[in-house]
Amino acid sequence: MSADTILNILVATIAAGTPLVYAALGELVTEKSGVLNLGVEGMMLVGAISGFITMAKTGSLFLAVVCGMTAGALMSLVFAILTLYLMANQVASGLALTIFGIGLSAFMGIKYTSVALNGVPELHIPILSDIPILGRLVFSYDILIYLSLLILAGVAWFLYKTRAGTILRAIGESPKSGHALGFSVIGIRYLAVLFGGAMAGIGGVYVAVAYTPMWVEGMVAGRGWVAIALVVFATWRPLRVMVGAYLFGGVTIAQFHIQGLGIEIPSQFLSMLPYLATIAVLVIISRDKNTIRVNSPASLGITYHPENN
Amino acid sequence: MGVKLLFKVEPRPVPLKKMRYLSPLIAAVMMLFSGLIIFSMLGKNPAIAFHAFFIEPVNDFYGLGELIIKASPLMLIGVGLAIGFRANIWNIGAEGQLAMGAVFGGGIALYFNESTSGFVLPAMFIAGAVGGMLWASIPAFLKTRFNANEILVSLMLNYVAILFLSLLIHGPWKDPQGYGFPQSILFSDSALLPVLIEGTRLHAGVIISFAAIGVGWIFLLRSFLGYQLQVSGLAINAASYAGFKYKKMIWIGLLAGGLAAGLAGVSEIAGPIGQLLPSVSPGYGFAAIIVAYVGRLHPGGIFLSSLLMALLYLGGESGQMNLDLPSAVTGIFQGMLLFYLLAADFLINFRFRWKSIPLRQGI
Repeated sequence: MSADTILNILVATIAAGTPLVYAALGELVTEKSGVLNLGVEGMMLVGAISGFITMAKTGSLFLAVVCGMTAGALMSLVFAILTLYLMANQVASGLALTIFGIGLSAFMGIKYTSVALNGVPELHIPILSDIPILGRLVFSYDILIYLSLLILAGVAWFLYKTRAGTILRAIGESPKSGHALGFSVIGIRYLAVLFGGAMAGIGGVYVAVAYTPMWVEGMVAGRGWVAIALVVFATWRPLRVMVGAYLFGGVTIAQFHIQGLGIEIPSQFLSMLPYLATIAVLVIISRDKNTIRVNSPASLGITYHPENN
Repeated sequence: MGVKLLFKVEPRPVPLKKMRYLSPLIAAVMMLFSGLIIFSMLGKNPAIAFHAFFIEPVNDFYGLGELIIKASPLMLIGVGLAIGFRANIWNIGAEGQLAMGAVFGGGIALYFNESTSGFVLPAMFIAGAVGGMLWASIPAFLKTRFNANEILVSLMLNYVAILFLSLLIHGPWKDPQGYGFPQSILFSDSALLPVLIEGTRLHAGVIISFAAIGVGWIFLLRSFLGYQLQVSGLAINAASYAGFKYKKMIWIGLLAGGLAAGLAGVSEIAGPIGQLLPSVSPGYGFAAIIVAYVGRLHPGGIFLSSLLMALLYLGGESGQMNLDLPSAVTGIFQGMLLFYLLAADFLINFRFRWKSIPLRQGI
């Protein structure tokens, strides 16, 4: 394998991991507030088709991203109203959101099936992009990839360095204490869920507009579920989400190359790896009380009843 | 003295029991109503669309058979899942357990392909049941031994199982004469379920599903174990005080779902499909969660809700043929049904009231 091939694989890995970075970061913030939203796949798909239609009609990447994020957030709003205001079960609501989103996106995309877009151009920064190897590895991506890293830094900073982030995490650990301290548990969770929806939306936009700029029904192809796995795999930490996203992205890319190398590993084995790794991490952190408390939000998935205080 | 009216949500002193049974009806009506609005927004005549979606697929004998065929795996898995859900054990891995059932049962069918013995079919079902239960025992073991969240583990295992099935079909189990298509050879007659009624595709697998409704009813509503599951779900502390072993409930809850899903998997491949394909289910394992929920975790309710959900599948197919709608519209309806149900369930425990507050006289 030449150095060039390795470089190409690395660059492709970053692109494959980016939708996961977006969606998993959003789900991370949602889960940190104590809410488990299993609707990521549906929100990504609706975000994807909304962004795709906008891009096809206007040609503006900015508008496509805005529309995709809005669509994702609107989807998550349905989930938020059900689980936070009407106190419905989070698992059932999330699954319904995914099933609904898969249908809705197919429906919205009837007229766009197999329409192709131009894609998003890679940035070319004078001098920097021309450095051998490093230029290709660091300064050759499209703008959405850089944006994902910016948002990653923002989420890490928000969660661990700001007062608001601390409050959000506290509410994920113990909504009762948060309520007693005078914070609006429901209000904060609304915002966290909406952020998760918007991020899933932009993750979807990345898939449909930049990664494979063509609309195909169900094209998010399970990335939403991988994103949920990823949050667990990363033990609810933003930086590990990024590492995990590129690892899982790398697995996808490896499937294309491994056959070319004449190695006889069925691609399905590689596709299983993210899920198996996630189960392994879950077992390791769950097996004793301290590691689970340190690693996962204590109130995750439990409906909060304000009246019971 | 003036009076100010305030619109207020307040908890009911006693949960409104009849709302538990009313809310699925409200949800179904709201879903139909929303569907009509969507159809007319698309410029389709709502009456024609309604007919094509909900009447056309079932207005003949053949169609009714198709309805039961689609409802069969849903009610079977729905009852299995309800057993766990009652104890608050969230098995969302039925889709994978179904795939594993198909792998185990299908393996028997392929291995004994030359055999004409009457034991092939029963052996397939036993193998499928074992496969589904083995797959469900992974989250059960990891939950009871390592406290790993069964929702996340069973969810992840769905994809592992589906990929495993795909691996077999693309590899060792691929039909050598299949022109490279990822599919197994067609099962021999001894591995196929007989058709029950001439002129339909209704196969003998539905008998298992109907039996499951009956067995589930006795188990959940008339057995001590069913009662223990229910108490564990409602009040875990009371259950442990009464000496009910929660670990046992976890095992029972998950294995019941795995058993049902495994049997459903065999029913599908030995019934309507007749061979192994990379995908043996259009999401029955997930849809069955909605079925169990809409059916109020009660076998009778699950029977009815499985028919409704099956009608939505058929409607989607019919809409695709007659109205040029994508078959995925089914998902919109199924999703809406559960949304409306979850929303209506709010009224079991809460009520909206106008509260009059006397205004204070001017200072």
